[in-house]
Amino acid sequence: MSESASSIRYINRPHPVTGVTNAKLGIWCFLASEVMLFGALFSTYLLLRTGSASWPHGPATLNVPLATLNTLVLIFSSVTMVMSWASLATGNFRKYRLYLGLTALMGCVFLVVKGFEYGHKFEHHHFPAASTFYAIYFTLTGLHGLHVIGGIAVNLYFLFRGRVLWQRDPERLTNRIECAGLYWHFVDLVWIFLFPILYLL
Amino acid sequence: MSLRAFHILFIVSAVTLAAGFGLWALRHDAAWGLSIGLVSLTLAVALAVYLAWFIRKIKGVSS
Repeated sequence: MSESASSIRYINRPHPVTGVTNAKLGIWCFLASEVMLFGALFSTYLLLRTGSASWPHGPATLNVPLATLNTLVLIFSSVTMVMSWASLATGNFRKYRLYLGLTALMGCVFLVVKGFEYGHKFEHHHFPAASTFYAIYFTLTGLHGLHVIGGIAVNLYFLFRGRVLWQRDPERLTNRIECAGLYWHFVDLVWIFLFPILYLL
Repeated sequence: MSLRAFHILFIVSAVTLAAGFGLWALRHDAAWGLSIGLVSLTLAVALAVYLAWFIRKIKGVSS
């Protein structure tokens, strides 16, 4: 389908004013709002922690080995995500599906491991209401987990609808996967900051 | 910023985290300190090698 026939302009080629496609501008505006959301929560955490007379030590309170495993899983998923986009950009649809499927699978593994971690905490009656530490821990990791679920949903949509979209407009699908990849990388980058702040300090 | 540039930024962040965490874990006197420290330092090296490979490989791919 040619871009002139499409209802939304500048999908496949950059807008002359912004220098990027409208989709990429849109995802970056969305990610900017996400930076403000997580930035506010990180600031809240720092203020609560510095204003508190005593604060639990991360490694003594939380499960560092499980969180390390989850960090590995997310780093691997970002590699498969970018490989999925690169496969489309080089016209290899089979590899695209394989890598995107792996990315979605890694997201699910992350959630399962997080579920074990939460289950262990609940068994010991460490609920969000138990202390300020657990309140901010569950808020930050829970919100991050919701973002992972959102990313999995997007990836699964492109995994199962990919063939139709590829046959209709390959360039557009490649751009959409790039936008999905930017979102997935942002979610992974948030974890790269969350992990040391919550689990190690 | 393109996905390739964001991926490079992400991997650089991951290398920094893995190296820092590895050194921290080696000095931490928990049962898992040595094993996780070594795994993390190995990961930092592996990611640095991957980053060099990725930059070379992705040059031919147009965004």
